[in-house]
Amino acid sequence: MNNKINYGEAILQGFQYLLSNHSNVFTIGQGLWSPWYVGNSMRDLEKDFGKDRVLDTPVSEQGCTGVALGASLCGYRPIVIHPRVDFLILAVDQIVNQAAKWSHMLGGKGNRPTVTIRGIVNRGGEQGAQHSQVLHSWFAHIPGLRVVMPATVQDARDLLIASVLTDDPVVYIDDRWLYDEEAVLPPPVDLTLIGIEPNLLREGDHVTLVGASYSVKLCLQAARQLENENINSDVIDLRVISPLNVDKIVQSVSKTRCLVVVDGGWGPCGLAGEIIAAVSERMGPCQYVTSRITLPFAPAPTSKVLEDIYYPKVEDVVSRVKEQFNKLNQ
Amino acid sequence: MSNDYSERLGDLSDATKHIGKLNITSIANEKLFSYMETMLLIRLTEQAIAKLVIDGHIKCPCHLAVGQEAIPTGISDSLKKSDYVFGNHRSHGHYLALGSDLDNLLAEVLGKATGCSGGMGGSMHLGSPETGFLGSVPIVAGTIPVATGAALAAKMSAKGQIAVSYFGDGSTEEGGFHESMNIAAVYNLPILFVCENNLYSSHLDINLRQPNDKISRYAKAHCIKSKVLDGNDVVSVACCANQLIGDIRSGAGPAFLEVITYRWLGHVGADENIDVGVRRSQKDLDAWKKRDPIKRLKEAMIDNGLLDLTSLENMNLEIQERVDRAVRKAMAAPYPSKDVLMNLVYSG
Repeated sequence: MNNKINYGEAILQGFQYLLSNHSNVFTIGQGLWSPWYVGNSMRDLEKDFGKDRVLDTPVSEQGCTGVALGASLCGYRPIVIHPRVDFLILAVDQIVNQAAKWSHMLGGKGNRPTVTIRGIVNRGGEQGAQHSQVLHSWFAHIPGLRVVMPATVQDARDLLIASVLTDDPVVYIDDRWLYDEEAVLPPPVDLTLIGIEPNLLREGDHVTLVGASYSVKLCLQAARQLENENINSDVIDLRVISPLNVDKIVQSVSKTRCLVVVDGGWGPCGLAGEIIAAVSERMGPCQYVTSRITLPFAPAPTSKVLEDIYYPKVEDVVSRVKEQFNKLNQ
Repeated sequence: MSNDYSERLGDLSDATKHIGKLNITSIANEKLFSYMETMLLIRLTEQAIAKLVIDGHIKCPCHLAVGQEAIPTGISDSLKKSDYVFGNHRSHGHYLALGSDLDNLLAEVLGKATGCSGGMGGSMHLGSPETGFLGSVPIVAGTIPVATGAALAAKMSAKGQIAVSYFGDGSTEEGGFHESMNIAAVYNLPILFVCENNLYSSHLDINLRQPNDKISRYAKAHCIKSKVLDGNDVVSVACCANQLIGDIRSGAGPAFLEVITYRWLGHVGADENIDVGVRRSQKDLDAWKKRDPIKRLKEAMIDNGLLDLTSLENMNLEIQERVDRAVRKAMAAPYPSKDVLMNLVYSG
């Protein structure tokens, strides 16, 4: 019997678990009563749990995010849904000015802002500049927010549960390019983000590959190809990009002396640069090489010819690793 | 409900009107005394804060609401500690009218550890969850969606709580206000939107910012019941709020209260700001001071034999002593310990 579920279904399972086991959880956002917006990841939730706990909203990114934050201050644990990260930008005041700072600026008095903001990355298919963005680095710049990017099927579910049950505002970003990944999962349990660390998904002595979300898939595929050429990779899945824990990466780079970070965002002031900087500050006096693979510094194009050169591919990772590896071993 | 969106405030924004003593016949005496005490407490506290600003003891931006005391005083009379109230950059009065701790407010504006926000917020970030004041922040329309969410929580919990969102006329020019009004109407949420229309946003006169000075036209557009009142008449604010809040508690959905008022001091700080205000003149200010909410209640109470000048003076002295004590206590209080800078960022 095939008990595999895919990434989208794993998110759905996370919602079902939370709504079944925690009466103070509800979810709110645009398109929740329509699978058109949120894929299979929230299918039939409104039928199973009622439209008073699964609220479809007016077109109001800022409004519904603030509403979720406000309810969280009154003891609820809402999950607000933004079917595209691009639209989430309209809610940035509520996320950055209000949720992230609420406890700090009010001296930790009262309920904490236990709100989870789910942004879905939905790119490719000639959707263009305003339907394709991944902006995790923006949010990882903000103290007070936790930023979560699941790469695996299990994390898609478990990090959602952990986000909702942690007493901080969390930006949870999932990527529709991962929705068909499959795995067999153990039953869900209550979890917290506190103490969650990056995972070493694959071990090798020659290169350290680091990614988050879809980039982890690229790293794993590249690692398999590189193995055929006798280059063995540590592949590290960041899982939580803020607060960032680079202990495992430092350990790995101390061994491999070769760090390649793959990020689905832009390079300047981004996650990949932050990882390289954070690791560099911790490395001893030894020779090592670093490199990042990011998007070209341009908005997403629509034409498929341009899209084809826009998003990093496995071949790009493989050739960059070989280049770096050769540089180190010259 | 009239569908005329072009109707203006008229008399209500005219400083020379509504200056007589209040009609207090419909209100119990003890309530009138309590309104007087609360308004005096707010006024004397803010005047003490203004002095601390002038003397250089307070460094954080302080947005004072001297002249606007009747609004939170009247509204809070119908609120319970289990309700959810949100303020803005000008919230000392909102905080105090709910019965929140005076000592903690003074300590907060001085950045002390004993402040209501642990010295982390200053004047612009006040909270007092124990009295229902969940928070105030200076991003102008920032708490309107948050208060709307508290109203959703209140509806879900079904314990008869309501939310109150205080904001100024300026914030109605931002999108979050309209998104919140729409959501509150569509979900039929138990929330009272209170627009303290003091005719100025920072330096700019409402007539230079909006085609019409009557903000409640937006409530009409969002199909929310609204009332427009003289905000310097504590009796009329209290009576109207009592009725609206009663309706909201019984499930009637959101309501909008526009209260017309005027701040005696500038947008921020302790001076009168007649030099920076576009159209804000000494003449207007002097006229509005005659529409003083405290003076009008005082005259009515004296006229009706409830109060004489001596007992009023005693009340004033007693409150002034409380404020002075709070100032002394706050001045002597310790600053936050250095570890809170990092310890309050995450839950663990």
